[in-house]
Amino acid sequence: MAARIPRIAPSEITPPEAYFNRRAFLTGALAAGAGAALGRAAAAIVPAQSGAPLTYTIDAAESVEALVHAPGQNEKPNTWEQITHYNNYYEFGTGKSDPAEYAGQLQTRPWNVIVDGEAEVTGNFPLEEFLNPYALEERIYRFRCVEAWSMVIPWVGFPLATLLKRFKPTSRAKYVAFQTLYRPSQMPGQRLDILQWPYREGLRIDEAMNPLAFMVVGLYGRVLPNQSGAPLRLIVPWKYGFKGIKAIVRITFTENQPATTWSQAAPDEYGFYANVNPNVPHPRWSQATERRIGNPFFHERQPTLMFNGYANEVASLYKGMDLHRYF
Amino acid sequence: MTATSPTRSRPFPGLNVERRYRLVYKPAVFLASLMPIGWIASHLLGWFGFLPAVDPVKFLELEFGQTALNFILLTLMITPVRQLAGLTHLPRLRRMLGLFAFFYAALHFTVYVVLDLDLDWHMVGADIIKRPYITVGFTALLLLIPLAVTSTQRMMRRLGKRWAKLHRLVYLIAILGVWHYYWQVKLDVREPLLYAGILALLLGYRVVRSLRKRTPRPATTRPGGMTPHTVAAACDEIGTKVGTSSWYSS
Repeated sequence: MAARIPRIAPSEITPPEAYFNRRAFLTGALAAGAGAALGRAAAAIVPAQSGAPLTYTIDAAESVEALVHAPGQNEKPNTWEQITHYNNYYEFGTGKSDPAEYAGQLQTRPWNVIVDGEAEVTGNFPLEEFLNPYALEERIYRFRCVEAWSMVIPWVGFPLATLLKRFKPTSRAKYVAFQTLYRPSQMPGQRLDILQWPYREGLRIDEAMNPLAFMVVGLYGRVLPNQSGAPLRLIVPWKYGFKGIKAIVRITFTENQPATTWSQAAPDEYGFYANVNPNVPHPRWSQATERRIGNPFFHERQPTLMFNGYANEVASLYKGMDLHRYF
Repeated sequence: MTATSPTRSRPFPGLNVERRYRLVYKPAVFLASLMPIGWIASHLLGWFGFLPAVDPVKFLELEFGQTALNFILLTLMITPVRQLAGLTHLPRLRRMLGLFAFFYAALHFTVYVVLDLDLDWHMVGADIIKRPYITVGFTALLLLIPLAVTSTQRMMRRLGKRWAKLHRLVYLIAILGVWHYYWQVKLDVREPLLYAGILALLLGYRVVRSLRKRTPRPATTRPGGMTPHTVAAACDEIGTKVGTSSWYSS
């Protein structure tokens, strides 16, 4: 009954060079007037099949893409292979290749997202309905893991802010909490007591409303593969990767700071904020530098930037806060 | 039940012990000890259908480190296996295994310094001082050096009884090595705990043996079989390898 989702052969994957050329071509097409139709059609058509092509607006991405620029950094996006075969997704195992190996068994349809808590609009939404109002765009973000490695990833999705506004959070909504699916039958890692399942994450509401916070449904112009967090995940590019909760099934507006999985597991090592900060080391390792996956073998390391290079956009959120204390 | 008796059927009947080890067992163990290199290279370069490691530097670092630890545990298994299985001459393989432990530990450190930290000695220094798990691992590596240097026949003779004392450092090194492994893991400590469990068994075995030996017991043969020529061998409880021991001669 459960049809296996076919894996994408490497030969089917557009190499990054060709992919970005294609994008330039599409941008040209948009300028030529074909854009309006494409842009409208792009809204919310997210096929169920992992790896299927996505359509989305290109123009919105151009403004955001400028954000990736950071002097002295390699800005070349990582390959599909790297992004989808080096994952921390403990629901499928603690090894970096476990998610690629085991996430195929996760059924991402039917899928529902519950919205509840301090908001005027709440409910239980089928994914199709949940995603319907949003036009997709591409954003190329740096991705910095708390383990001190990093990538550059072309995500497809929509701003978290537009999603949250739709549910009209009340004045008491100071935080927004997210929860991952709990389904041990398809998520073998959840059968182990490694973390407190289901995985939980959260943001302060002003962080969530920042234009950079992004809900992701795609990667490299295709439907997000399961190991990357399908069907719906969060990306907060100025924070460590573990804030980017995957396979979201619940969004809750809360008045109090929600408990988050990693800060529960090791409160002295992982905080609620988890902002990328080269000046605040992890208790066991330095965060001053990072190894960029795909950099030349002998020069993998590069300096880590404050707020992962997005300080201009987000530093004001933390004005007056002691970032050593609120790490 | 007794340890090697001349009548017991054994492999390679045409060769005496000396030759069996020199011509067969040692070359076989040497080649087997190089296997991790082939395995690691296959994963790195995508041979034999393995997917190439996405993060080759971390992969090399972890694999070499774990292999070093494996060899340290192997050297610690020699004595219990010899005693329990009655393989009197097994310790002849120990020096090679110990040197391979040092070899892989050195590769582990080299990858860390050259590939992970890009030869940034400032960072290496800061890591060793400030990161306790690296301090612990580095200490273990430093302690391995005198053991490797004094592993030759000549050094054994020169150091005499002190050689055995010096080489008891391997217990400390093993503990530091497992500790180093445990401490760097982000969360899932199942594998380091497995190593810790095996190490605890190997060390516990020695403690129990030495305690049992200290309590006077009737002069009967122990179950498990002690023959006169292995009585001397029993002196190596807690690793006290007698410098003049013939186990290393080859």
